[in-house]
Amino acid sequence: MPVLFKHVQVKHKMNQAVDRSKRKFLIAATSAVGGVAVAGVAVPFVASMMPSARAKAAGAPVEVDISKIEPGMLLAVEWRGKPVWVVYRTKEMLDMLGKHDDRLADPNSDQPQQPDYCKNPTRSIKPEYLVAVGICTHLGCSPTYRREIGAADLGADWPGGFFCPCHGSAFDLAARVFKGVPAPVNLVIPPHQFVSDSMLLVGLDSGAIKAQRGVDK
Amino acid sequence: MTALQKLLGWVDDRFPLTATWKAHLSEYYAPRNFNFWYFFGSLALLVLVLQIVTGIFLTMNYKPDAALAFASVEYIMRDVDWGWLIRYMHSTGASMFFVVVYLHMFRGLMYGSYRKPRELIWIFGVLIYLALMAEAFLGYLLPWGQMSFWGAQVIVNLFAAVPFIGEDLSIWIRGDYVISDATLNRFFAFHVIALPLVLIALVAVHLVALHEVGSNNPDGIEIKKKKDPVTHIPLDGIPFHPYYTVKDIVGVIVFLMVFSAIVFFAPEMGGYFLEANNFVPADPLKTPEHIAPLWYFTPFYAILRAVPPLFGSQFPGVVAMGLSIVLMFFLPWLDRSKVKSIRYRGPIYKTALALFIVSFVGLGYLGLLPSTPIATIFAQVFSVIYFLFFLLMPWYTAIDKTKPEPERVTG
Repeated sequence: MPVLFKHVQVKHKMNQAVDRSKRKFLIAATSAVGGVAVAGVAVPFVASMMPSARAKAAGAPVEVDISKIEPGMLLAVEWRGKPVWVVYRTKEMLDMLGKHDDRLADPNSDQPQQPDYCKNPTRSIKPEYLVAVGICTHLGCSPTYRREIGAADLGADWPGGFFCPCHGSAFDLAARVFKGVPAPVNLVIPPHQFVSDSMLLVGLDSGAIKAQRGVDK
Repeated sequence: MTALQKLLGWVDDRFPLTATWKAHLSEYYAPRNFNFWYFFGSLALLVLVLQIVTGIFLTMNYKPDAALAFASVEYIMRDVDWGWLIRYMHSTGASMFFVVVYLHMFRGLMYGSYRKPRELIWIFGVLIYLALMAEAFLGYLLPWGQMSFWGAQVIVNLFAAVPFIGEDLSIWIRGDYVISDATLNRFFAFHVIALPLVLIALVAVHLVALHEVGSNNPDGIEIKKKKDPVTHIPLDGIPFHPYYTVKDIVGVIVFLMVFSAIVFFAPEMGGYFLEANNFVPADPLKTPEHIAPLWYFTPFYAILRAVPPLFGSQFPGVVAMGLSIVLMFFLPWLDRSKVKSIRYRGPIYKTALALFIVSFVGLGYLGLLPSTPIATIFAQVFSVIYFLFFLLMPWYTAIDKTKPEPERVTG
């Protein structure tokens, strides 16, 4: 034993009995405090990986001029970095919607994939305008707009809709998912409202605006 | 005593240089019957070094910024002197890493290298494999091409399928509501700092555990059981250096011939090492027609697709995919055979292993293809075989008719 520690050894001899329960308590207490410290320090590091203030700000609502959309056409806009589709559905397209409910997984939109005001057969505020997040509910690819009825590659009974090229999920023109495809639920309808006849606001509904104004007062 | 010997003595008094050299190389005794399959461990180490060196040089010109990343990779390819070579070495190295690691793992399966007392070596090895998959996935986002973007989108969304916390978890991983600049930046940090450190540490403990118990061999018997009574050196052992260092150098040279041939003549490997769609910059509004992961992930991707959604959730598929890797950890305890090596196993294990390999390769092939009903059925059959290989192992290895192991190593 080095000279430096001689006094320790001497002390040990004087005081043979080590208080084991005290030692155990001290080890447990320091471990517990150390553990709390590690967990506490981990919080800012873990939290730093959440979306930053800038990323959250980019999630602000976007305005869409819908007066330029031709009947039957799809306009894709970006909201929160995701594609949001606005489809101007024609009378024929809307008439098709009710005819294939038995082939859909959730024809009545029972899953909470839309705001309450869009839980209707056309999943929309104004039946002619479908507003949906163009991200497949399977694994996040963006489906393709396939409006042609009975498209050769999709079968003669294809009523028009959206087809995901990644894993073959299919949705109708109300963005409702078909049975037997990988996607489990309908496409998401984002909160939205019509500010005027030609202006659509995606990302905020009238209910939310009222609530916000209430806070402002 | 020469000056060099004096210097060595000076160092040895302060650091166990000679002792380490002896313990791990010149007096580390490995079985004398290693064959072709024993090249791949040292080759994996070589590829790790190649990836680290080429990676360091790539970071000198790469920009981890969604607005600049794609162009900076093209800049490396066109404007940086020899940049194309360094980049192709890195991209080819990624695929070759998986080639040698898969062959290394297959060697373990054939000769029972995961069995007692090498359970921890195997577990560290599976952890290395997991870290390697994470490293490859993170690195694949960096070129910021279409496949980078949509591949990451699909994989990160797997986490969103976790019940209750999934949505928040995926936002936390991305740092945004979609794959974005924030995601690219953090993937870069993980790819160049965090996971390489983890990988190197895991490789170190893999080797420490290996050198503690010694290597297995094609006969699956312990050479430490038969030692020279005087020297206590295993009778069937030969010093790693120079015998196996020289053997491994031959392997290195042949490997580098193949590696160079790919780097210089087929760096994209017909779209298997570098996918065509990844030469298109990432576009968050347009999904490519067909998304397939790189070849080394496709077996697990095929398992994911083979499981249909249950109760309106794709979580079961994610669980199956995770389970397909987690099961590997339990291999040392699932195998109840009296012998380790395939040389002395009975027909049942040989059939099981053959079916497993066919299924794994079959799943890998199916994972490359677009999803069709017939492909899905094949993927389901292969997935079932994959899982049964592990889950039924305690029974079929116990009843299998084995041959007696030899006393000393053969051949």
